[in-house]
Amino acid sequence: MDYVLNFSVVWRSFDHLLGGLGLSLLLALGSILIGMAIGLVVSFALISPVAIARNLAGAYVTVTRNTPLLVLVLFTYFALPDLGVRLGDIESFVATLAIYSGGYLAEVFRAGMLSVPKGLSEAGQAIGLTRMQIRFSIIMPIMFRNVLPALGSTVISLFKDTSLAAAIAVPELTYQARKINVESFRVVETWIIASLLYVCTCAVLAMLFRRVERHLAIPR
Amino acid sequence: MDFTLGQFLHELWIARAPIVQGLGVTIVAAALAIVTGSILGVGVGLALTYGAKPLRWMTRAYTDFIRGTPVLVLVLASYYILGAAGVQLSPFQAGVLALAVFCSSHVGEIVRGALQAIPVGQIEAAKAIGLTFSQTFLYILLPQAIRQVLPTWVNTAAEMVKASTLLSIIGVGDLLLASQEVISRTFMSLPFYFFAGFLYFTANFAIEHFGRYVERKTKIPS
Repeated sequence: MDYVLNFSVVWRSFDHLLGGLGLSLLLALGSILIGMAIGLVVSFALISPVAIARNLAGAYVTVTRNTPLLVLVLFTYFALPDLGVRLGDIESFVATLAIYSGGYLAEVFRAGMLSVPKGLSEAGQAIGLTRMQIRFSIIMPIMFRNVLPALGSTVISLFKDTSLAAAIAVPELTYQARKINVESFRVVETWIIASLLYVCTCAVLAMLFRRVERHLAIPR
Repeated sequence: MDFTLGQFLHELWIARAPIVQGLGVTIVAAALAIVTGSILGVGVGLALTYGAKPLRWMTRAYTDFIRGTPVLVLVLASYYILGAAGVQLSPFQAGVLALAVFCSSHVGEIVRGALQAIPVGQIEAAKAIGLTFSQTFLYILLPQAIRQVLPTWVNTAAEMVKASTLLSIIGVGDLLLASQEVISRTFMSLPFYFFAGFLYFTANFAIEHFGRYVERKTKIPS
């Protein structure tokens, strides 16, 4: 191998990479917030006594979990305009990622809600709380603590999934790395630095989640 | 939208050869990645659980690095870096390699989880009746690990079919790229993306259900 490593070109464009990383994080944050809202509503539908709501929510989860994200991204960006829905590239990507993650989060929340002991909601009924009060003040606070590990890994994989935004030319980290790669031909260096940025961010996210988990753990 | 279902079916019929071929490329790429990735992954899982300390650290660093990197970055890096290193691989080979590496880190973690879930008492019991480590592994650990791993492994297969779409970005003529080429000729983006999505959905739905079936079949009755 007669390739000599030379990181100087990549260092010179490092601020582009960092800007890309910032945009990646923003894309992930935007989609996780919307995705959590979708996931919460869908998870309530999944355990609802109404069969139609259950089936619709189930269909949504099945479709989002079994269709490749790239196909969804391209579909929203290139095919929805034919139906008269025109979105900017960032909006279109965040919408897609939110809908995609909503399916995964719905399952996470559903499992979390089922893991809350039944006795607690019965106790709520016994002291005369309404169903909504039981949901919001008893089940959901415990559910959120229970699902933190699963939520953390969903957030991390969501952050990695933002790399697909490069396919519709959103200038996030992968897009920037590709650009530097094409302009400078410093192939090895570019991809080493880009993957290190992803790996480190994932590690930091994992650490943050572990910390929140410890902080919120119910003492026994 | 200024086309009818008839027009779409007509264009689909014209484009049947490239679409079927793309589907074939997708299936072959995913299958190759799953097989190679799983063989590698069993090795990774064993090293993570029973390896000597330096080996364990190295495989831990490997899995953490791969799992922290987006698959698209792995695909692009494999394609460009191997070229720069003088290894001439076709986009298909580079892409399958990246998918296999991705698969190996996932299978490695699944295998580790399964092996660690087996009570230590069983290994001690095996030692007590004089089994060697390879005998213990073959007769005691492996059968239980396979039963544990199988359902998750089937889901990983569905994950790989989804990840194979990323190969289209480096120019591998998979189902997605074939559909995109048809779209660039016909401008029928809505129906053809929908059709491609439907094919992927059907494949993954079938795999997922097969996974649930395997889970039910291999469940230890309690």
